[in-house]
Amino acid sequence: MDLSVTVGSLRLPNPLIAASGCFGYGVEYSEVVDLSSLGGVAVKGLFLEPREGHAPPRIVETPAGMLNAIGLQGIGVHRFIQEKLPELRERRAIVFVNICGTTVDEYVELARILSDQEGVAALELNISCPNIKEGGITFGCSLPGTHAVVNAVRKVTRLPVIPKLTPNVTNIASLARAAEEAGADAISLVNTFLAMAIDIETRRPKLSNIVGGLSGPAIRPIAVRMVYECRQAVKVPILGMGGIATPADVLEFMIAGATAVQIGTANFVDPFIWRTLLDGLRAYMARHNLSRLTELTGTLDTSRKEQAWISS
Amino acid sequence: MPADIDAVVIANTRLSEDYSVLALAAPEIAARARPGQFVMVKPSRGMDPLLRRPFSIFEVLRDSNGTPTAITLLNKRVGVGTGLLYEIEAGARVACLGPLGRPFEPIDPPAEAWMVAGGVGLAPFATLAEALRARGTKSTLFYGARRASELYYTGFFERLDVQLVLTTEDGSQGIKGLVTGPLKDALVHLRTGRPVQLYVCGPTRMMQAVARLAEASGRACDVSLEQVMGCGLGGCYSCVVLARNAGGVPHFVRSCLDGPVFDSRRIVWDVLTH
Repeated sequence: MDLSVTVGSLRLPNPLIAASGCFGYGVEYSEVVDLSSLGGVAVKGLFLEPREGHAPPRIVETPAGMLNAIGLQGIGVHRFIQEKLPELRERRAIVFVNICGTTVDEYVELARILSDQEGVAALELNISCPNIKEGGITFGCSLPGTHAVVNAVRKVTRLPVIPKLTPNVTNIASLARAAEEAGADAISLVNTFLAMAIDIETRRPKLSNIVGGLSGPAIRPIAVRMVYECRQAVKVPILGMGGIATPADVLEFMIAGATAVQIGTANFVDPFIWRTLLDGLRAYMARHNLSRLTELTGTLDTSRKEQAWISS
Repeated sequence: MPADIDAVVIANTRLSEDYSVLALAAPEIAARARPGQFVMVKPSRGMDPLLRRPFSIFEVLRDSNGTPTAITLLNKRVGVGTGLLYEIEAGARVACLGPLGRPFEPIDPPAEAWMVAGGVGLAPFATLAEALRARGTKSTLFYGARRASELYYTGFFERLDVQLVLTTEDGSQGIKGLVTGPLKDALVHLRTGRPVQLYVCGPTRMMQAVARLAEASGRACDVSLEQVMGCGLGGCYSCVVLARNAGGVPHFVRSCLDGPVFDSRRIVWDVLTH
């Protein structure tokens, strides 16, 4: 059985990637899971410089989900290269470095620095974090902004360039198209949905940042729809995510059009989820006589619906 | 490496309308648990609530050969998750990940250990008291609660030769008032040459007050902080506290990895109690 998938120039052993912001810098999990057994590890979003992030409370639970407003706390790219990348390399993780900037130049600078580093497999461009005011999502919410960041980074690196899109837009497929036209090798979607929760006794927001990003199974059907829409709009591979917690969820995203998937919130609940997911994928392949998992991508069958439409 | 056990609930002993002691069959966790460490427990199979919750390991239970077989958790019903765990019955299973976090370091004689507990903050001190006794370290427990009926396990600590100083807010047992009252008196009357290490767990404002007393009297003080945690493994960055580094500069650090036990002098308390 072949679970491998191809994303641009990358060949991943399986389609399961740890999502950025949900897996620290990867090294935190090296005792829990063999990092080289994952399809990839998308590390926590990095700016050029360290950032403290928001004051607690930074998370709050909601039905089948959670809101977070961490504020991209991070050690900055230089300490990442010195302190984290050597261990990731040693453990043979396929490292997707998620980069964040407040200007196009900062993305370019980050891309330059990381392109020189052994052990970086791909650059995921964070143009979609809902929790910081400056940069990032400002680009991700506009077609020219998305195009500008992707295009500028594309010019300075040979690494696969993978913008991560926000769902907090009217038409995500148009942003996917802008990213593809600008030279993206793949696209990641979706980041979290901007949301809030209120303590009715104190009438105060439950997060210090007032608003935060909703993730978890609660968002999954919307994310699946967005992957489906983007699949029809672009040819580049899609890394789908949003509430994946079971093998069935992985398969759903792949059928909708994802080449690979990312696992975020579910890893908090079950850090040993990877084995469960891989076992489930293999069982499905056996049941459906699939020799190559990648054959499943974008195989959504809508013919019955169309027939019903015509006959009525 | 932490173990993730689908643990059978051996017993759930209700101590009051709010408190229960939940015993979980988790030999792999029990065998490795150190005082002050915690586990991440999923209170239900469903998705609401979605995440696990952190709990101090309260007791390590052993069979007749002394082999660790189970842990207990001191659970106080405060929200949805703790409410579900209060109601759970023997025979049910709960996912339990651990042991996690930086433990208390039990001090050796001739130093003495003073443990200071408020309410459900008693939880990390049962295993610490055992570890101290094994080293022959003299120990005292300052333990405060709202009322006499919420002072638990005093017999357990007495059997370990822990000297008890009890307080209740309503005066129904021990000294009336907060636990910081008698602690302050004891620190004031303590001879300078007599080494004492403080260990604290309880409401944040109580820990802050104890940290101030410790600093004023020049005593080392370790606090066990209870923060909202998403994962317990350092992945989510939600459980941060503002703590000073070696150079004295405050940064947000993850209490699941750097803590939950911190040297109290590191903590920027005003941010924590805000």
